[in-house]
Amino acid sequence: MSIFRRRAIGLGVIVTASLLVLAGCSSESDSAGGGTENCEAYAEYAGNEGTTVEIYTTIISPEADLFVQSFQEFQDCTGITINWNGSQEFEAQISVRVEGGTAPDLAIFPQPGLLAKFAGNGLVPAPAKVADSVDANYTADWKNYGTGPDGVFYAAPLGANVKSFVWYSPKTFADNGWSIPTTWAELLALSDEVAAGGDIQPWCAGFGSGDATGWVGTDWMEDLMLRFSDAATYDAWVSHDIAFNDPKVQTVIDEAAKILKNPDYVGDVASIATTTFQEGGAGIVDGTCAMHRQASFIGGILAADYGATIVNPEDTDVEGGITTFYFPGVSADQTPALGGGEFVGAFSDRPEVQAVQHYLTTPDWNNKKAALGGWFSANLGLDTANVADPVNKVAVEILQNATTFRFDASDLMPAAVGAGSFWKEMTAWVAENKSSKAVLDAIEASWPAN
Amino acid sequence: MKLTALVPQRSLWDTVLPNLVMLGSAIAAFLGIIFLLFVLAERSPNKIQNILKYVVFLAPAAVLLLIGLIYPAIRTLIYSFMNDDSSKFIGFENYVWAFTIPEIRIVLRNTLIWTILVPVLATGTGLAIAYMTDRMKRAAVIKSLIFMPMAISFVGAGIIWRFVYTYEANLKRPEIGLLSSIWRAMEWEPRNWLLEAPLNTLLLIVVMVWIQTGFAMVVLSAAMKNIPDEIIEASLLDGTSNWRRFTKITIPMIRATIVVVLTTITIGTLKVFDIVRTMTGGNFKTNVIANEMYSQSFRQMNYGTGSALAIILFIAIIPIIIYNVRQLRLERTER
Amino acid sequence: MTIINSKRAKNAFSSPIASAAAVVIAILWTIPTFGLLVSSIRPEKSINTSGWWTFFTNPEVSLENYEKVLFQGTLIQPPMVQYFFNSLAITLPAVVFPITLAVFAAYALAWFDFKGRDFIFFTIFALQVVPLQLTLIPLLQLFAKGLSINGITIIPDLGITGTYIPIWIAHTIFGLPLAIFLLHNFLRQIPRELIEAAKVDGAGWFIMFRALILPLSIPAIASFAIFQFLWVWNDLLVGLTFGAGSKEVAPMTVRLAEMVGTRGGGWEVLTAGAFVSTVVPLIVFFALQRYFVRGLLAGSVKG
Repeated sequence: MSIFRRRAIGLGVIVTASLLVLAGCSSESDSAGGGTENCEAYAEYAGNEGTTVEIYTTIISPEADLFVQSFQEFQDCTGITINWNGSQEFEAQISVRVEGGTAPDLAIFPQPGLLAKFAGNGLVPAPAKVADSVDANYTADWKNYGTGPDGVFYAAPLGANVKSFVWYSPKTFADNGWSIPTTWAELLALSDEVAAGGDIQPWCAGFGSGDATGWVGTDWMEDLMLRFSDAATYDAWVSHDIAFNDPKVQTVIDEAAKILKNPDYVGDVASIATTTFQEGGAGIVDGTCAMHRQASFIGGILAADYGATIVNPEDTDVEGGITTFYFPGVSADQTPALGGGEFVGAFSDRPEVQAVQHYLTTPDWNNKKAALGGWFSANLGLDTANVADPVNKVAVEILQNATTFRFDASDLMPAAVGAGSFWKEMTAWVAENKSSKAVLDAIEASWPAN
Repeated sequence: MKLTALVPQRSLWDTVLPNLVMLGSAIAAFLGIIFLLFVLAERSPNKIQNILKYVVFLAPAAVLLLIGLIYPAIRTLIYSFMNDDSSKFIGFENYVWAFTIPEIRIVLRNTLIWTILVPVLATGTGLAIAYMTDRMKRAAVIKSLIFMPMAISFVGAGIIWRFVYTYEANLKRPEIGLLSSIWRAMEWEPRNWLLEAPLNTLLLIVVMVWIQTGFAMVVLSAAMKNIPDEIIEASLLDGTSNWRRFTKITIPMIRATIVVVLTTITIGTLKVFDIVRTMTGGNFKTNVIANEMYSQSFRQMNYGTGSALAIILFIAIIPIIIYNVRQLRLERTER
Repeated sequence: MTIINSKRAKNAFSSPIASAAAVVIAILWTIPTFGLLVSSIRPEKSINTSGWWTFFTNPEVSLENYEKVLFQGTLIQPPMVQYFFNSLAITLPAVVFPITLAVFAAYALAWFDFKGRDFIFFTIFALQVVPLQLTLIPLLQLFAKGLSINGITIIPDLGITGTYIPIWIAHTIFGLPLAIFLLHNFLRQIPRELIEAAKVDGAGWFIMFRALILPLSIPAIASFAIFQFLWVWNDLLVGLTFGAGSKEVAPMTVRLAEMVGTRGGGWEVLTAGAFVSTVVPLIVFFALQRYFVRGLLAGSVKG
């Protein structure tokens, strides 16, 4: 028995000691700011004081801080506390939590394909008020992406990004006298010109992204699919109405190979697979590469991690300044756009949860969030004046005006392809020099039977 | 950022105090209950004690294991015969899938390489260090350094080894990977370490060996300390060479411990997925069963194939179990 | 005579070659970690643009990384110090519970004579291989909804989601098989004569455990405690899943994994964060390593 007694005493000492240490550490709490807000705008959300809504998401700090900041007024006026809960493991954890009976109130889905898994399996259909707001503030396409395979509308659009961009340094281009290409042929000609110069590598690319390695390759395919085929073929490709190894897809991958598998353009082809997509863009900042095809969001990363500055195309004298040109089509008048976005689905029908879901669809919140910087959405009420970043401003204009806009295909395909074989095979395509045909055949074979 | 000033932040104290109260009361309550049980049990008549001993000593662990591991294991077995969302029985289809798809065959092959190399290398290195530092002065410093990787989380290990294996193809950009830098300095052609199969699998195995050697060393070293001094002294008087003493005395004396260490590391290796996941994401022919199981179940949401892979993992350890059963029987009869 | 002999035995292996080899291996083992330590005190931009070894020719020291990691909180992320205490609150019970239950079970399996003893032992041994990931959903359901079979409630919904309790129970379950296996191997080595002698003296099973088994197994318990501590402290998946999204109970590793940043990058805080989380396990190892002398499985030597 003596052992137990001794241990208990020992524990007491430890606890007391730590308490003493802690007493010195505790800091004073800051008092709440604000008080000057105009709460009338939030009258419709009244009656939910003292409630808490959990939002589960992949978006974590520092981006998440801006979200929380944008909710401040809403929280102060409505008395609803938003518990923003970001995790890198979202994709795997969301199914664990839903199946395990601890589903979050709201979840921000980065892929409509993932959302579809929970349609009729935990997700609560969006209430009429949210649906009406989405009808009023978004195009029908965007509402469609938030609709499950059962035809029920579940999730409202949140943020958006545009992927049809080529990043470059205006200074590097001006110093070398290169001009912006407007067609695919001109793009290849410029690449040849840069390669002939010998000092600068025409393209940089990086497919690496942890267990999602390869998604950059799928983006290339999707962008080129919109250019070398039409939107209808793109849709047929997504829904598997044409086979993945169809000749039309073969054309697309062959065109992609003209850049990605050309050692004169990209240097060591295989190492594209081991270069992370963040490092992939670093070459245009330090001037070792001329061009980098990547979505609008890479600008923020290059600015934070590699000291880049996002500038206008006219700013040719800024060292480390980067901007974008439109990823050209086959002809100059062909301007389809590829993009992606997130969707907010609810796992609870409590009134405060619906209030938050609705608030996120309002132009009011979208403008407030955009004004904090580094972010935009497909909300039609979004005023471009609130988007400060020059590249994002262009992106919003593309979203609001593009004749042909298509959502990231891999995000819409079944997970076995869109988060599986498509990524893996594009990676093997560069890493192991797997042939285009073998890649397409393997992806076709992996398409789920039903 | 001035954002922090905008919202009320709870002080550290507010969140830490309940933690410590919770921690203290949980442990106190747990030990208190056990204390009471012992007081009561010791005073009860022998007949009751004979029943009570199973209730107190065996039942708690048995119940927890039944709920926490056996029930999920059975569930997994059932799911492995069902389709992706477990709504339809499809027989052995998932198993046929596992043994016919070329990628999965690579996964199975890699897992085999891992489970052979890691236990042997980690135990071998651990044994060598334990023997070299046995009875050596200031061995504690050396042992601590080798043990250190055990104390580092997989997240940390992933970061550490990134600075070793990362490779920069463009000669104009700086090299931040240690291995490539050494190769460049030696004027050898650096290689893209994590890309080339089967080299990349071996390099990932190095990381696991790096972590597990500390475990092997500590356990084996403790076993060596237990070899009676008289035996060592007798061998010294006989003038037995170091190597002979190692093979003829040390190894036979600690054989049982070596088996335990090998077994434990083998099982740990079968389950490893963090290293592969963080360093190559399972690409470039480096994938192993545990990682593929995770991505089948949670990334591609196919519980059927994920469960089938788990069952294959389970079957893979049956030979190890049989070996251990034999060992145990042998020892029981010896006594 | 004996004094001289044991002195000789002590020095038996101080052969210069063996010592040198051990030192070389130790250095090799430390280089990668040392690189992390050096990186953690370098400024952010240098980490991304030059190798850590350039530190010695061009030393730039910045403790900013540590300051950032330890004390800087954001709107939604409390600073790391708070997670530190969460980790502590998770780890200590998650070491004490499984080890206590495992010693009990190992004792029963090693010394009680009953039918099916070997079967139970090898079932437990085999359970080591059950992959953690596949137990997450059923266990989580249990904690969130309780357990009922055919409408009969066996375990009610206890309302413990979001507290430490599910995390403790989960760690206990996952730690049990290996703990029982190792401790059983240890307890089995206790000479039968000792047990028989205690029985002759009239000691019951409970008194025998308290007076004989427990004192004998303290070194084994202590050394297994070190391992269990390391595993729990460094665990990510269990803390993440059974914490059910509550920041109040999330361990340090969850925070560390989040620091990788939404889209990667941020190596400077990661390197520092990784180091902070390694300090405690190292302290535990140094504090308890003397138990290794008689340590884990010390009994499993023939003789």
